[in-house]
Amino acid sequence: MAQESVEVRESYPELDAFYDSLSDKNGALIPMLHRAQGEYGYLSQDVQLYVAHKLGVPASKVYGVATFYSLFNLERKGQYKINVCLGTACYVRGSEAVLEAFEKELNIKRSETTSDGLFTLASIRCVGACGLAPVVMVGEKVYGRVTPDDVKGIVDEYLGKAGEGNG
Amino acid sequence: MVELTINNLKKSVPEGTTILEAARSLGIHIPTLCHLDLHDIKMVNQVGTCRVCMVEVEGRRNLLPSCSTTVAPGMVIHTNTNRAIRARRTIVELLLSNHPSDCLICERNQNCELQSLAAELGIREIRYQGPRLRAEKDTSSYSIVRNAEKCVLCRRCETMCNEVQTVGVYSALHRGFDTVIGTAFDKPMLDTACTFCGQCVSVCPTAALTETNDSAKVWEAISDPNKLVIAQTAPAVRVALGEAFGLPVGTRITGKMVAALRRMGFDKVMDTDFAADLTIMEEASELIHRIQHNGRLPILTSCCPAWVKFIEHQFPSLLDIPSTCKSPHEMFGAIAKTYLAEKLGVDPEKIVVVSIMPCLAKKFEAKREELSGKEVGTNVDYVISTRELARMIREAGINFTYLPDEDFDDMMGESTGASVIFGTTGGVIEAAIRTAAAWLDKDNPSPQIDFKSLRGIEGIREAEVEIAGMKLSIAIAHGLGNARKLLTEIRDGKAQYHAIEIMACPSGCVGGGGQPYHGNNIEVLKKRAGALYAEDESKPLRRSHENPQIHKLYEEFLGEPYGDLAHELLHTHYHERDIL
Repeated sequence: MAQESVEVRESYPELDAFYDSLSDKNGALIPMLHRAQGEYGYLSQDVQLYVAHKLGVPASKVYGVATFYSLFNLERKGQYKINVCLGTACYVRGSEAVLEAFEKELNIKRSETTSDGLFTLASIRCVGACGLAPVVMVGEKVYGRVTPDDVKGIVDEYLGKAGEGNG
Repeated sequence: MVELTINNLKKSVPEGTTILEAARSLGIHIPTLCHLDLHDIKMVNQVGTCRVCMVEVEGRRNLLPSCSTTVAPGMVIHTNTNRAIRARRTIVELLLSNHPSDCLICERNQNCELQSLAAELGIREIRYQGPRLRAEKDTSSYSIVRNAEKCVLCRRCETMCNEVQTVGVYSALHRGFDTVIGTAFDKPMLDTACTFCGQCVSVCPTAALTETNDSAKVWEAISDPNKLVIAQTAPAVRVALGEAFGLPVGTRITGKMVAALRRMGFDKVMDTDFAADLTIMEEASELIHRIQHNGRLPILTSCCPAWVKFIEHQFPSLLDIPSTCKSPHEMFGAIAKTYLAEKLGVDPEKIVVVSIMPCLAKKFEAKREELSGKEVGTNVDYVISTRELARMIREAGINFTYLPDEDFDDMMGESTGASVIFGTTGGVIEAAIRTAAAWLDKDNPSPQIDFKSLRGIEGIREAEVEIAGMKLSIAIAHGLGNARKLLTEIRDGKAQYHAIEIMACPSGCVGGGGQPYHGNNIEVLKKRAGALYAEDESKPLRRSHENPQIHKLYEEFLGEPYGDLAHELLHTHYHERDIL
């Protein structure tokens, strides 16, 4: 599991403004969490606690709602999201092996994020490009007919980009 | 009124009645699991999650859950058709397929609602095999053990914690098969705002929530020849322990309890009630001191450790109002390891104090750092609940009901009627007022003893008591939700009182989280409270300051009530805690 980095912030002005704009404060929990994820990318413990205190509900309830809906992310996602298709067509053409190759290359399991915050690895179901199976998406870019041997090259491509960006 | 027919019996019931209630009013039993209605303390768990109470209603295609379906005019209901019974059995089988089958070695063996249900429905095999939820036990707290593998998701603990106690430790987390009842961010219980009142344990139908078992440590201390092991028993234990041995609810078994403790091998069997009298000496002095010196009012009783932890988390701005008195069993420990050690000529290091309490929060309290001084070490070494004591008596092969009545040991075994009623809501404040009245109204030859206006079962009670021409305004709350209401009014300056008693558990300690299971019947708590008032009336001395052993303790050792040595040994302080 990726380490939860607790971001300690004094306040969340974006959330405060959003809360003030809500006409019905009673059903505000899900809209607040939705907005928080939109603003900050994921729901940190800190932001969940903030929402709990703001709405006067127990933190356990906020966490209960956040873990119930698969839409909510509780962990920070990587800069690049690698999605390996495990839909039927991709699967029969060996995408499971591709996913395993990514796990080995990045040294994480599926649905985890690398400790440098660069990559999040996940599986998806059918992206509608079955003719290119097995398919891998990195961000919006689609890679077709991927074999386990291609995996290192794809990862290196983004490592290079990240290096330039930071340089 | 609504007319309906259940199992061919006609009945007229008020609108809004559930099928389950209507059936019960006809003497018809429908098995339930998640359902729990303790209306006297305003706890109703009517989530309809378990589906065990399904019944057949003519004209309806599907079976309906009787606990959460209200009656309609002309309804024709069948509770015991083959279809309804088979559905129930299937549901319980499915529950059992995701439940450990270790009944033989389970804490709740022979006292488990799921086990009883399986027996009642005659389940002999589990036809469904599949994955079982796996979860680590949470043993982080000193009071409560959580074992999610034994949870049936009835949500009673959540309703109790969130709606009755308003502490909000539990919530359903995750979804589908992975659903667990857990804490915020899956934190260990010790890191939450849990007060360890143990009311969740009291209503848990299985062993998903149990008390931390400290009995092995106590047996070890008893068997150590170099230790002097002293048992002290809280007032509420003596009116509930008998239930564990089949005696009628409300039976007073004080003498048998003392005999049992002696046979178990405790070196001294003494009484927390002695320390309750001591508490009153200090608390009544503090009350009078605050009134006469324009001190901070109201004064709040501080005997209940769950309530103390609640105010530390939830109302940090009010931490200057609780009495600084330690709770009685902690006072007992402090005195046992100083005064008593000296009297007995025993090295305090060799003394082991074991508190027998109706409470799980006392286990946490005993571990508080501020309750162990340089001079005395830890005030209290081990705390065991009434339930644990009952188990230990059985383990020791003691035939409880045949025991003779025996008396507590001298010195710290003597107590008055005032200390006995500490175990029920309103009792501590009545005990304090009895002594304050006698002290403030010195010219009155027979000051009032019974203050019946302070008694009762209402969640929040107010009363005005007149002492020596002075009107004292008193409030009493039991259950933490009621405490929250009262404290909010005080914080916001909307209510003024001289003194307030708060107990975390509904009904006070008689309904404590460590007591024998009340079987979801609040009448049990009322009978235990009645037994305490009966014991009070049977005592020759009924005011704490009349206890001769207490006089001796001040004369020989402590000096003045509320004096320097008393402060050092008998008083404590509180600190702010986070809300989680």
